[in-house]
Order: sequence, then structure tokens, then C-alpha cells
Amino acid sequence: MRAYLSRRYVISASHRLYAKEYSEEKNRAVYGKCSNPHGHGHNYVVEVTVGGQVDPVTGMVCNLADLDSCVQRTVIDRFDHTNLNFDRAFTHEVPTTENLCIAIHNLLAEHFVHADLERVRVEETRNNFFEYAGKGEHGALSNRW
Amino acid sequence: MILLTRKAEFSSSHYYWSDQLSPEENVRLFGKCANRNGHGHNYTLEVTVEGEVDPVSGFVVDLKELKEVIHREVVDVYDHRHLNLEVPEFKHVIPTTENLAIAIWKRLENQIEGAKLHRIRIYEMPDLFSDYYGEA
Repeated sequence: MRAYLSRRYVISASHRLYAKEYSEEKNRAVYGKCSNPHGHGHNYVVEVTVGGQVDPVTGMVCNLADLDSCVQRTVIDRFDHTNLNFDRAFTHEVPTTENLCIAIHNLLAEHFVHADLERVRVEETRNNFFEYAGKGEHGALSNRW
Repeated sequence: MILLTRKAEFSSSHYYWSDQLSPEENVRLFGKCANRNGHGHNYTLEVTVEGEVDPVSGFVVDLKELKEVIHREVVDVYDHRHLNLEVPEFKHVIPTTENLAIAIWKRLENQIEGAKLHRIRIYEMPDLFSDYYGEA
């Protein structure tokens, strides 16, 4: 039987929303205080959902230790306590939480091999969050939001 | 179609151990969860049903009835119990969060009048939960 397992992690990082293509005025108009020159930070909550058949012996979709170590290595070690604007993922993109969500999804899609990556959700504050399910190649969950 | 979710809580103990694996393999695979004296959690259960809103009552289901079914079928059976030792479906199946979601689905499926079960979500910890949608 196919089930889904979700785990929540925290990364603390700073960012500034500023598009090089825009004038100072337009950046201010579009991003407001998020465009303040010295940046600001968040405790981001990253919720990773993986799916697969429940192993009849272990009762697990995948070993949680494998998921934890992959997220630690590929996401937390890279982004935690950093300034996102200086990360190579955001050389050409504004580190909005939409783009952070996609970047994390792409990293985990490349490195996590023990189950299907179904969805990444990033909560920037408790009031706003973003979700990305890739191109939906695993299907089932993307129809069930 | 409307989705409606009711929450419930129960506190249970369990351990992870498979007789099909060697003791060394159990410890390697399950870590501290393999401690045979067990450990426990405060579980949070979310039961989501789907259905159409009744034009007269304005309900998808009667929440009171849903609550009673969840308590009768799940909470009364699991709460303050050792899942491996006292709940029949876990006699030979490890009570992982994944298997809990599946077992609760089986307990509630066909028990909810007027609506269809959509999802079982079971939180073992605030940062760890499992979902089951009745998929094969």
C-alpha cells in the first residue's frame, strides 16, 4: 500500500528581495520592506513529503534516518545560517520563498533516492507558505492537495 | 465537493521490531525505536472526509457523529494502550506511523455515513507525520 511520510525541518537564513532588472523605485514598489538594502531573515520551516509502498517487513516508506541525513547534507548544511542572496542557486534569481521552495525540491529530487519525492513546502512565517511538487511525475499526491 | 477534517488525540506506546530480521538488523534499522521496553507518543489524528454539502442541513457529515465514530473505532482502542501488545492489527505488523495511517483507514472506511473517507493523517510528533489515501 502506498503511503506518504512528511518531516519538518528548520533553516534560518537571510535574504533581500531585489531584482536587478528593476529600478530602485520599482524594487521598492514591488517588494516593499523585503527590499531593504541590508536584508532580513526568517526561520524557514521546510516540510518534505515522500511517498512509496510501505515495506511489508519494516512497515516504512523509507528509513527516516536516510531522509534526515539527505536533507541535512543537501539542504540544511547549505542554506542554514547563510545569506540566500549569495548562494549560487540565486545568482540569477531572486531568493523569494517560491524560488527557495523550487531550489530545495530540485536538490532533493536529485539526491534523495530512497522514496519518491512528492512535495516540498516552505513556510516563511507562520502565515505564509509555498508548495512545489515538481512536474508531478509521481502523480498521486499532486491531485490531492 | 467539500473536504472536512476532524482531529483527535491519543497517547500510546509502541516499539519497532520485526521477527523476520535478526536482532542486530532490527537495531541497525530502527535505532532507539527498537528498544523492546517500548516508548510512547502523543499522537494527533486528522480524519478528512469528502462529500457534498446537504442542502438542508448545510453539513457534509454530522461532526458529532464523526467524532463518535473516531472515538469508538480508534481512540477507545488505541488510547493509553501498548500498540504492539494490545491492538490486534499490530500483533504481526509493526506500528510505524505509515502502518498506523493504513490501520486507521481500515477501521474507519465504510463507517462514516454520508461521506467518503479522503485522507488519514497521523502525527507522531509535530515534525513527523504520515498520510494515507486508501491507495493500493
